[in-house]
Amino acid sequence: MTLHQLKPSLMEQSVPIHFPHWRRRAYAIFGLLIAFGGVAAFATTVGSVQIPFLTTCRVLLSQLPLVDITPTWLSTTETIILEIRLPRVILSGLVGAALAIAGATYQGLFRNPLADPYLIGVAQGAALGAVIGFLLPFDWRGMGFGIIPLLAFTGALISVAIVYSLARVGKTLPVTTLILAGVALGAFWGSIVSYLIITSGEKMHGILFWLMGSFSLSEWSEVKVVLPYMVVGVAVILLYSRSLNVMQLDEEQAQQLGINVEKVKLILLAAATLITAAAVSFVGTIGFVGIIIPHAVRLIWGPDYRFLLPLSVLSGAILLILADLVARTALAPTEIPIGVITAVCGAPFFLYLLRRKKRAVFF
Amino acid sequence: MIKLELQSVGIAYGRNVVVKDLTFQVMPGEMVGLIGPNGSGKSTIIKAISRVISLYSGKILLDGKDVFKIPRGDLARLLGVVPQMSILPSAFTAFEVVLMGRNPHLGLLQYEGARDMSITWRAMEMTATQSLAERRIGELSGGEIQRIVIARVLAQEPKSILLDEPTANLDIRHQVEILDLIKSLCLENNLAVVVALHDLNIASQYCDRLILINNGRVHAQGTPREVINSRNIKEVYGAEGCVYAHPVNGLPAVLLKAGSSQHAKPRDTIEGGAV
Repeated sequence: MTLHQLKPSLMEQSVPIHFPHWRRRAYAIFGLLIAFGGVAAFATTVGSVQIPFLTTCRVLLSQLPLVDITPTWLSTTETIILEIRLPRVILSGLVGAALAIAGATYQGLFRNPLADPYLIGVAQGAALGAVIGFLLPFDWRGMGFGIIPLLAFTGALISVAIVYSLARVGKTLPVTTLILAGVALGAFWGSIVSYLIITSGEKMHGILFWLMGSFSLSEWSEVKVVLPYMVVGVAVILLYSRSLNVMQLDEEQAQQLGINVEKVKLILLAAATLITAAAVSFVGTIGFVGIIIPHAVRLIWGPDYRFLLPLSVLSGAILLILADLVARTALAPTEIPIGVITAVCGAPFFLYLLRRKKRAVFF
Repeated sequence: MIKLELQSVGIAYGRNVVVKDLTFQVMPGEMVGLIGPNGSGKSTIIKAISRVISLYSGKILLDGKDVFKIPRGDLARLLGVVPQMSILPSAFTAFEVVLMGRNPHLGLLQYEGARDMSITWRAMEMTATQSLAERRIGELSGGEIQRIVIARVLAQEPKSILLDEPTANLDIRHQVEILDLIKSLCLENNLAVVVALHDLNIASQYCDRLILINNGRVHAQGTPREVINSRNIKEVYGAEGCVYAHPVNGLPAVLLKAGSSQHAKPRDTIEGGAV
């Protein structure tokens, strides 16, 4: 059947109501992109050493290819901007984007508004790996980009492998068993982490600080490690955003609409886990981002994953850059764990959104 | 124009055999009804044809090709399914859900274009759902959701449509509208249509052929006049003497009579109530 053959005139029939809706979302992506640039530049300006905003912009622009700006600033200024602040800002942006899109993906994949890296045990697995790394008797900092991220990464992947094989029934991966297995495994890892912390003696403070999330150790080498995982993971997820939409129907209907559900599930699960593990391994566990950002985006711009995912990436990046800015400047020179900031700022914002929209259905 | 063929199909959930040795054909332009009691296997057959559950024996051929060997995306361009219980995401708008019907026509890197939009819009016009386009699914009634799902299948532009109780949530007006629509699409576009129905009267009025299923086996098949008769109704449903000729078109019509089941006590029986 082609509907066109039925009545050829329908080609001229315009669709009157939907394009404004979509245009609004496209504008939102563009607007957030600009906001991201502004926030990143602003966050680079602020710190213990005050650098004028314009100087910061000029230093940043001078690094771009094809831009020729004669340096009129001190070399220490350049070092502070390029070697200390910029990697930190970029890393926090990357991690925010990673946690937000991973959260949105898990929620879509499991059709569960509570899903995030914590629900399927990925974050706890990463945390356990990292804590084991902290407790190793030798100095981990000497080994390239560090053994802690490596162990955290391994922990996350082992978690997914265990949860996946536990939850698997035949050839399918039912959502309920997946979440049950994830919650159970997460609790198991969490208790081991608690035990290790209690018995860790003098290292306890450092581990706790890492667990609550911190960007204080950010360097370019870390950015270089995180970036490829992020780019690949985000690209794969964005590629499957329409499939994710269709999978919001039940699995049967998704199959009947031509989606190879098991394959898409596996691909998205792997991609989301990869970027979560990359993020968690470098900065510890930062809660709330994976839940707050996707839901805030849903409340404002609707549930369509083709817009939800890119909007979550940008919003997550902006939120975490700002949160890290507060974390390092509010009580300077003391750093506040970033997890505290995201929870303190994120929870009321979320409640405000819930109240303002008062929509029974937003997921 | 494609033909749907089931060849001695057997389906089991684990060791529990649900459908056994089922053979029938649906020609292009033909509307075939699956009727039978609850649990007789009607929904299971619909699921198997759409490749959601697998067979333990036999073959299902669509256009001469085994459906289990057709890639899912290709199958979704040939075959549209209206499931019995449609779970739809409550925050999506009706238009967004109908637009999902275009999914099998789009590549991984493609977005819906103007053509997809107008096909979607037309599908909503045909199902009288255009006024719901911007409403969220969570705000719609069961009947409205049913029409949205049918619009989604129309947007899919399939060559064959399977419907599992498409009129279960609808009032009489919408039942007639939806079935008239499906019937006319079936005839005008030579679609092979299979519809599982509870309501024997609807089945009799709309289907060219009926397949009466009992315990996963074909009990009778043929035209409504051949299948819906007192003997078959008695054998499959255990209900007595309730088949009449429709006063307008003479097709078989089934009227219930209180007190005709085994639970009836003598005092409940309404005497002399024959039409």
